[in-house]
Amino acid sequence: MLDFTLPRYRVVRDEDLCIQCGVCERSCSNKVHKVEEDLGKVTAAHKSCVNCQRCVCMCPTGALHIENWPQVGNGSANWNLPALQDIAKQSQTGAVLLASMGNPKPYPIYWDHLLLNASQVTNPSIDPLREPMETRVILGRKPAKLVVNEREQKVITELPPQVKLKTPIMFSAMSFGSISLNAQKSLAMAARELGTCFNTGEGGLHRDLEQYGENAIVQVASGRFGVDPHYLNTAAMIEIKIGQGAKPGIGGHLPGEKINDEVSRTRMIPKGTDAISPAPHHDIYSIEDLRQLIFSLKEATCYTKPVAVKIAAVHNVAAIASGVASAGADVIVVDGFRGGTGAAPTRIRDNVGIPIELALAACDQRLRDESIRSQVSLVAAGSIRHSADVVRAIALGADACYIASSALIAMGCHQCQDCSSGKCNWGLATQDPNLTRRLNPEIAAERVVNMVNAWTHEIKEMMGGMGVNSVDSLRGNRLMLRGVGLTEKELEILGVKYAGE
Amino acid sequence: MRIMIPREGEVRIPSGCAISGIMDRSGARHDGSDILKSISLMHDRSNGLGGGFAAYGIYPDYKDFYAFHMLYESKEARTATEAFFDTRFECEKQEVIPTDDVKSIKHAPLIWRYFLKPDPVALLRSELDEDEYVMRCVFHINSNIPGAFVASSGKNMGAFKGVGYPEEIGEFYRITDYKAWLWTAHGRFPTNTPGWWGGAHPFTLLNWSVVHNGEISSYDANRRYVEQFGYHCELQTDTEVITYLFDLLVRRHGLQMETAAHIFTAPEWDEIDKMPPEQRKYETALRAVYSSALINGPFSILVGSDQGLLALNDRLKLRALMVGEKGSMVYLASEQAAIENICPDVENVRSIEGGVPFVVRLDEVASQQAPTENLLRVEHLPENLTGVMPRRDA
Repeated sequence: MLDFTLPRYRVVRDEDLCIQCGVCERSCSNKVHKVEEDLGKVTAAHKSCVNCQRCVCMCPTGALHIENWPQVGNGSANWNLPALQDIAKQSQTGAVLLASMGNPKPYPIYWDHLLLNASQVTNPSIDPLREPMETRVILGRKPAKLVVNEREQKVITELPPQVKLKTPIMFSAMSFGSISLNAQKSLAMAARELGTCFNTGEGGLHRDLEQYGENAIVQVASGRFGVDPHYLNTAAMIEIKIGQGAKPGIGGHLPGEKINDEVSRTRMIPKGTDAISPAPHHDIYSIEDLRQLIFSLKEATCYTKPVAVKIAAVHNVAAIASGVASAGADVIVVDGFRGGTGAAPTRIRDNVGIPIELALAACDQRLRDESIRSQVSLVAAGSIRHSADVVRAIALGADACYIASSALIAMGCHQCQDCSSGKCNWGLATQDPNLTRRLNPEIAAERVVNMVNAWTHEIKEMMGGMGVNSVDSLRGNRLMLRGVGLTEKELEILGVKYAGE
Repeated sequence: MRIMIPREGEVRIPSGCAISGIMDRSGARHDGSDILKSISLMHDRSNGLGGGFAAYGIYPDYKDFYAFHMLYESKEARTATEAFFDTRFECEKQEVIPTDDVKSIKHAPLIWRYFLKPDPVALLRSELDEDEYVMRCVFHINSNIPGAFVASSGKNMGAFKGVGYPEEIGEFYRITDYKAWLWTAHGRFPTNTPGWWGGAHPFTLLNWSVVHNGEISSYDANRRYVEQFGYHCELQTDTEVITYLFDLLVRRHGLQMETAAHIFTAPEWDEIDKMPPEQRKYETALRAVYSSALINGPFSILVGSDQGLLALNDRLKLRALMVGEKGSMVYLASEQAAIENICPDVENVRSIEGGVPFVVRLDEVASQQAPTENLLRVEHLPENLTGVMPRRDA
């Protein structure tokens, strides 16, 4: 069958700078570069290039850069080149299109339409270099009221288990299997250093990472991979994954060839078999079933761990979140449609779900309308790109944010969206030992720690500007936000005023 | 064409202010001349767009009745409010609040007071306690009857407030004719014209009255927290939300005023981490459960109640507030001069520390044993939702 697909990228090599050292050839798992000693030059198989930019970063003489394939479209805004290419692929394979990372389509990014406030005259801004600035967050279920002995300063109410975070930023679920053990270890080390949590995803907790249990959120997903009492009791918190922002409504699939010895042991499944997570949990067909799972997990851990429930941001997310809270979840995680994934059907990634900003605002407001917002914690996920997004999310109503893509980017990811191939040149989304050893956990952890520390400094600066010295006073403080370029309806859902109002 | 200035409540108006308070611990009552003199001294801290007073102990003959001070912008508002009162309350007495003409005070509303008791049948049917019932009636009037505003609704107390300098408002209301054991006063420097008298301070609810100088930066976090529990922040002012926070924590959750104030200005985590384990647990629980009640940004407040007076500054101490004592008298004011001009030989003058509540109780209240736990008023959550291990019978 004739191949109608075109290359996506073109590798451009400055022949004057190239010294034919072969670093690019050794760097590329996609076998793009080849040093042709006979020809006295280095050639490129453009079609294999995924634009991961490993070779660009590694080239000692800076001879390389990547361009878009210069083929023009036919002038149609409708039948544009990507649309034609997708059909070309499917007509050759008969397969569902696969993609990775978050929704790349140009849907509105509401973060960029929300501006932050600062104090002027009527109240003073606070200088975080001179005054304490608190970013500690405590996740978990809170009683509606506290019974205390005020004279002796004792708490009478027994407080449910809580998780303490030094900064309102956690690492979102990425399983061992979808990412390398080195990558997960880097996040675990960073989480411990930062006083926050990483999330195992549904791939189990590798025995080497059990030492990071106090900073681990262990996931219980529809495949129940790696779940046993030891797994649950090792963690700081348990998360039931109902849905994922990148692929709401479907499960997961880790192909058998990635199930090596270590993955097999950690997931507790036979080596070489496909790890298929069903679309629903087959013991949860309704909200009352979720309640049973939540309490099974609480029973299994003697009520010592908060139980979070992660849902994808879908149309009815606010009502679902409210139901999840009344089912007994201690923490609700809402994952927006720009959230990343190791692999998802392209059509689902690009077309299902709603933006986290609207979902978060709606959930927070609904929980308040139900008078239960203060009793549960709310975590926002799904493309938090920098500290200002964290501040916006908290002002909209989140207790904390999950980041995953940003953490991967800190470790080297260039968002080439080719995770599902298993050939990640940065050693992140791969199990190939030749590639995973490219990632040094100590160095990668340091990069992640640097990033989160930088964000935390920036959050403090922004809070100080607003005149608040605790993240508690930012949470749900929507007057600190103003919208630009938004419709009345969007402002209404976000619960913010327009700039100038 | 008249330019329509948005009213207080339609916009949020930041303000600077002067506050002053005088209390006699013994419960002896004094007329309003001293408080008038004290707040007048701080004339420059106001701009003529709001002033007011709260007085406790002024209606001894009607001390068991809820004294409603009403501001009406029209006769229709009065008719509608009185019709509402007829269905919900038994009215012991109603009258116009006497006022004097003051040249600079213009556009005064109709000002009435009512001494009310909840209608027993309506109260029974509502399944609420008296205070909660009255509070909901107050919210109903303020939200649903156009042009009517409840200036105060407590027992044996009242608020006298309006648009003008505080000394003019005091003269207008003839506050020297009233005798109270606790007076608080407020002179306001709003950045915008509040447009109507309801926006003036003190803000009150039931027996609470709050005067405040500052602009809290946690406003919307606090507002959205209390609004979960049936409070309506109609005026969008700090004072209003602080009043509701006190009402929630003290009246509904049964905490002491000091504990409520402690929650609003919670110790920093760094301090909590250094405390002995039991105290750390206590402070951590308070901060974790009441995190959205933390008040941030500059404020100095005087909170009046039937128990006495509480003064509180933000934890960074970003606003001035002085206290002085003489015998059974306690004086508080934004400026020391405003204390010394009414009590030249005042003793023990000092500044209120940031985040440390200063509480004065009536002697008769202080002599009673305070409960050790806030157990009585706590509604228990359904056990299955607490997230705490259920008790199992052995």
